[in-house]
Amino acid sequence: METAVEFKHVTKAFGEVQAVREISFTIERGKLVTLLGPSGCGKTTTLRLIAGLEMVTEGKVFIGGKEVTRLSASDRDVSMVFQSYALFPHMTVMQNVSYGLTMSRLSKKEVSEKALEGLDLVGLTGYGGRLPSELSGGQQQRVAVARALVLEPEVLLFDEPLSNLDAKLRRRVREEIRELQQKLGLTTVYVTHDQEEALAVSDRIIVMNEAVIAQEGTPHQLYEDPVNLFVSNFIGDANLVKAEILRIDGDEAEVDIGGIKLKLPHRGISPGKVSVAIRPQSISLNGAAKKGKISATILKASYLGEHVEYSVECSLGELFVVDNQMETQIDPGSSVFIDFRTRGLCLIPES
Amino acid sequence: MNSPVLAPENSSGFPETLIKSNFSLKLWLIIAWAGFLILPWYAAYDGFWSFIWLTDGYPTFDEYSPGILQITMHQRWWLWPVALSLLVPLPALFLPRTDARHAAALLLGGGFGFGYMLFQGFVLGLHGWGWDFLGDLFGPTTLSQFGLGYGALLVCGGFLFIFTQGLAARGAIKGDIFVSGTIGLSIAMVTAFVFYPVGKILINSLKNDEGDYDFSLFLEKISSNNIWSLACLNSELNCGVAWNSLWMGVLVGVATTVLGLAFALLVTRTRMHAKGFVRTASLLPIITPPFVIGLALILLFGRAGAVNAFLEWAFDITPTRWIYGLTGILVAQILAFTPIAFLVLIGVVEGVSPSMEEAAQTLRASHWQTFWTVSLPLMRPGLANAFLLGFIESLADFGNPLILGGNYEVLSTQIFFAIAGAQGDLGMAAVLAIVLLMFTLSAFYAQRRWLGKKSYATVTGKGDSGMHVRLPKRVAWGAYLTAMPFIVLSLVVYGMILFGGFVETWGYKHNFTFKHYIDEFSIHWSEQYGIIWDGAAWNSFWTTLQISAISAPLTAGLGLLIAYILVRQKFWGKDVFEFLTMLSFAVPGTVIGVGYILAFNVPPIEITGTGVILVVCFIFRNMPTGIRAGIAAMSQLDPSLDEASLTLGARSFTTLRRVLLPLLRPAIIAALVFSFVRAMTAISAVIFLVSADYDMATSYILGRVEFGDYGLAIAYSSVLILVMLGAIALIQLAVGKRELGRRDSEALTI
Repeated sequence: METAVEFKHVTKAFGEVQAVREISFTIERGKLVTLLGPSGCGKTTTLRLIAGLEMVTEGKVFIGGKEVTRLSASDRDVSMVFQSYALFPHMTVMQNVSYGLTMSRLSKKEVSEKALEGLDLVGLTGYGGRLPSELSGGQQQRVAVARALVLEPEVLLFDEPLSNLDAKLRRRVREEIRELQQKLGLTTVYVTHDQEEALAVSDRIIVMNEAVIAQEGTPHQLYEDPVNLFVSNFIGDANLVKAEILRIDGDEAEVDIGGIKLKLPHRGISPGKVSVAIRPQSISLNGAAKKGKISATILKASYLGEHVEYSVECSLGELFVVDNQMETQIDPGSSVFIDFRTRGLCLIPES
Repeated sequence: MNSPVLAPENSSGFPETLIKSNFSLKLWLIIAWAGFLILPWYAAYDGFWSFIWLTDGYPTFDEYSPGILQITMHQRWWLWPVALSLLVPLPALFLPRTDARHAAALLLGGGFGFGYMLFQGFVLGLHGWGWDFLGDLFGPTTLSQFGLGYGALLVCGGFLFIFTQGLAARGAIKGDIFVSGTIGLSIAMVTAFVFYPVGKILINSLKNDEGDYDFSLFLEKISSNNIWSLACLNSELNCGVAWNSLWMGVLVGVATTVLGLAFALLVTRTRMHAKGFVRTASLLPIITPPFVIGLALILLFGRAGAVNAFLEWAFDITPTRWIYGLTGILVAQILAFTPIAFLVLIGVVEGVSPSMEEAAQTLRASHWQTFWTVSLPLMRPGLANAFLLGFIESLADFGNPLILGGNYEVLSTQIFFAIAGAQGDLGMAAVLAIVLLMFTLSAFYAQRRWLGKKSYATVTGKGDSGMHVRLPKRVAWGAYLTAMPFIVLSLVVYGMILFGGFVETWGYKHNFTFKHYIDEFSIHWSEQYGIIWDGAAWNSFWTTLQISAISAPLTAGLGLLIAYILVRQKFWGKDVFEFLTMLSFAVPGTVIGVGYILAFNVPPIEITGTGVILVVCFIFRNMPTGIRAGIAAMSQLDPSLDEASLTLGARSFTTLRRVLLPLLRPAIIAALVFSFVRAMTAISAVIFLVSADYDMATSYILGRVEFGDYGLAIAYSSVLILVMLGAIALIQLAVGKRELGRRDSEALTI
């Protein structure tokens, strides 16, 4: 395994404010890693620290095994696709894509060969003579991608590349980016605040919150095994309820949630009071006819076509429930019983 | 879609070392060493562009020797540390940039070298000690040195850039060599040519005639009756010059703002015809030297003027000298400076978002209420800027008070007479300059306070459809009635300027003649010498063109560079730096003139009497406009454009050249036109800095006026106006067509 990017105890302060606090991580060559988090969590700053658009206050940055902590952006072997695409409006598509190649002092012939190939790769053959303003948003986005990847950088950086596209296009473009990245084996760092997008494209995800890394892992690990409430809530939705661990039995703990007893992985937590994160899809609602452990009242119901979202009141507090079986739709005010499915529940260590 | 070249394992097409070599460090080391070993160290030669030293005893002759020979042959041992400082950075060439010792060597060598160059320059001057207390401490000395020459300047520059590269190597300014160098250079230049001369005035005002500090004398001078007397309020006597200036400045500021607003409203919010004419005509006074308008007023309303002659002929009214005094100055200045207010305000009036006015109307405000409660308050920044400009221009104006003032004495003329007059009292000039500076800085400060931190940004970049609300009738009529007399008077004045040059002697002999043009601009052809430029004006005319043509691109360039670092870069002390660059705008030309004489008449920077001082003066006088134009234009460009260029491997210099400059064209034209025109028409600072070799057109014309050669003066002025029109057309043609009026309004916004 080769390391493409490494951060060692990196801190970035803007005056009094620490945008990034003592973070360390490594990114393996050829992988797509997403920096995910709410706005203001430090993910974009982290990306800009990799690019050299910001300089670290403390700590060290390595790219391709060499230290680049004090090198400027133009001296680092990275390229970046910007949120606004940042296509140079006074240059044609061809000139935009050739720009970085010219700066690398390649011969004219090589520049035009590689630029044409780049355009071919993103499916824009024949668009070279146009100005960026003559392209649609999706096409502009592809030019930005082509411009960055023709440089064959050690690391390719994406700063929320899909945020200016409409919802339909977003899904298609993210698949194209992922496909291209896997085909070329490019190390890629991708910033987004959209957890669905992150889950869809990433090999690994680094979740950030309040200037530090909250959790790092594969999409599966983050969803199934969140280390804290923030991650469980940010990757998908989660209800946090109080519960009690009755006893530990091997890997599993017997847990009492409002009277319902379940076995869950104990994750190193000893018996006593505990919090449980419950996915909205893991709560089933049963009409009054069936018998259940916890009685509840429906407060709100929203019909969303593919599923129905409920807000229910019960002894555990107010719960958010997503029902995608939709056998029947229950009206607000009805009494129901709730039960938990076997997947999608996770013990959260008290912080 | 198959791409063998783009596969990651095949990256052989790229140069191995993305980390580019120490090119810039090598360059500045070579320059610094060349400055030390080869070029003359001191500026003892005749003029900056004179190369007489090449054939006149270089390299061994004392005055022309390079630094190394100054040490070894001419016993200037105090230059040894310079040589040592030049050695210190050399090891850095063999260390990688990431090595801490690389940065340390550059910081030490560059920092100490630069500091020492300044230190020795100030300590030892042409006549021994540069500071008097050193003489008291160490006794008199026979050591001496001249001002910094080519060699010393190159070494200074070398040290500065070696130091900034050291900072960049430590990761300052994102490790960017070009930007850190630019910031270093800008700070050094602004400090040397704005801060230092102004500081020099402060120091000089505290000294007595013997050059000793005398605080009580300073208090006596600055509180003198001559400056602060209020006698005019209750007697026939004159008031102090400070009150006179203040009163004049406030009146002109208010009048030009009101008139400018009237015109801006008429042009943008009414169905007035001839809008294009108003826009174009408003540019005329900007390309007219201000005092030429005063001159035209004398020809109209003076004792022998056209109006008086007519009144005497028709109604037998005895001509009086009513135009001389405050009235005359006011009329002339209002005519001259209203267009500036108009250009500032038209941008602001157009910028008020129509949807805000529409919102007010849907909230049941009448046209009249909308205007007073929404439109006008949103124009506050423009009104404040217009007033400030009018106020400062009026206080700094030198020509009009000189030729029209009569007994009404103001600070700018008094400063001039204190220096050029019989007593030659530099101390008094400095004191008066401080009073003047106090007024303008207070106005500057008050403007900032008044605007406060409220946001007046109404142009958001989002599509803002909707129509501007039509002016309420009362306001529209008010605007018409204010603007019309102004337009009529302007037409008459410019008619005067156009025809005045063709009349032999105004008021006495009214026959048509080309005499004045021939006197000033005649050319002869001789078999022996070719073309002979024997008109009297050619000398100052060519000098003016040359100086303006040199300073305009430098002004625009420096202004845009500073705008770039102010908008795009973060560095420690940026606020202070921004204030210093704006300071040179708030300092009246007269004050700058005095400051330059005081600061640059002696080593280490000895440039009075040369063309260089004029160029430098114009650069720093007109730079704030370039900065403002650049800031306005650059704020509209998405910063990720630069960042994209940087991550694609371009250095910031390349980014500036290939990405930003092409997108900044309008700002470049604005800055070029404005600095060229201002250099051609400036008088207040120039009058102190011209010399026999470097006479400027404006000071030449003013000299003619003082001799009473009105015809000659007017003829020369109209030629200048035509030349400027031609130059503006040329610049526009060269950089591409765009409407001038709108752009200038952006350029003038503070």
